[in-house]
Amino acid sequence: MKGQQAKAKPKTRLFALIESRVTIVWIVLMVLTIANPVLGIEAQLAGSTSVQLLGVAILTLAIVKVRLVGLDFMELRKAPVPMRLMFEAYCLILWVVLTACFLWL
Amino acid sequence: MGMMTESRTPAQALKIPGEAGVWVFLFGDMVIFVVFFVAYLVDRAAAPGLFAQSSHELGLAVGVANTLILLSSSLLVVVGLGAVRRGAVPVATGAFRGAMACGVLFVVLKAFEYTQIASGATGTDLNPFFSWYFILTGVHLMHVLIGLGVLGLMVSRAQQSSDVTGKRLMVIESGACFWHLVDLLWMLIFPLLYLVA
Repeated sequence: MKGQQAKAKPKTRLFALIESRVTIVWIVLMVLTIANPVLGIEAQLAGSTSVQLLGVAILTLAIVKVRLVGLDFMELRKAPVPMRLMFEAYCLILWVVLTACFLWL
Repeated sequence: MGMMTESRTPAQALKIPGEAGVWVFLFGDMVIFVVFFVAYLVDRAAAPGLFAQSSHELGLAVGVANTLILLSSSLLVVVGLGAVRRGAVPVATGAFRGAMACGVLFVVLKAFEYTQIASGATGTDLNPFFSWYFILTGVHLMHVLIGLGVLGLMVSRAQQSSDVTGKRLMVIESGACFWHLVDLLWMLIFPLLYLVA
């Protein structure tokens, strides 16, 4: 079977996987996920101005994560330019709308 | 070995991941959630104290764990899709099944959180924050359940043959994008409910 042939070199495949961009992105996303609540806890302890700043930081990090999921997991980095631009615009509008609603409502 | 398939599709060639029609749905879903988020933030502005206090009642650990679980499931889907393209069927089905296991774990933790809230100090007195919590996480949970079905479909399509091209590859790519959407939406729901409320 072809499947068994492909199984022949698991080590090289593992190395290729570790070195690949997507794995690095995954590690970054995991670290950001753990960093995000730390900011949240900071926000609970901080004064009102800092709460707002930390809130914006948390939302900004969230949208950075959304963008990485789109570009690297969904492969939009390799998508045709109009499609990539549509996604980039989505992230930008999302950031503007969420931070504006968070700060000024 | 991978080089053979690489030469057919040069790395520089730009292509839509999955079917274009699926992307209309994915983008539409992403926009609908922005409307949800704005409505949530409008309600939060009306009662900031209540939202902050109620949000603190959510267990941060479960929320963080679920985020890490979804991110890992997404990585498994990426690995699985790469394996499909190389014709490595066992790796692909294994990775997709691993992603399904992550999805099931997410549902279990969510169910645990729901029962905690239902039986907790908040009781049956459903305030606006918890209404929003159930709306946002409930709609997302529906996506997770549909996603589990989609992952199952991807396993069966990947099993059919090691030469996955054309329509069958499209189905698997589209399914992968749907699962990543489940992940993407949670990246927004988690901080909005658990962190900045």
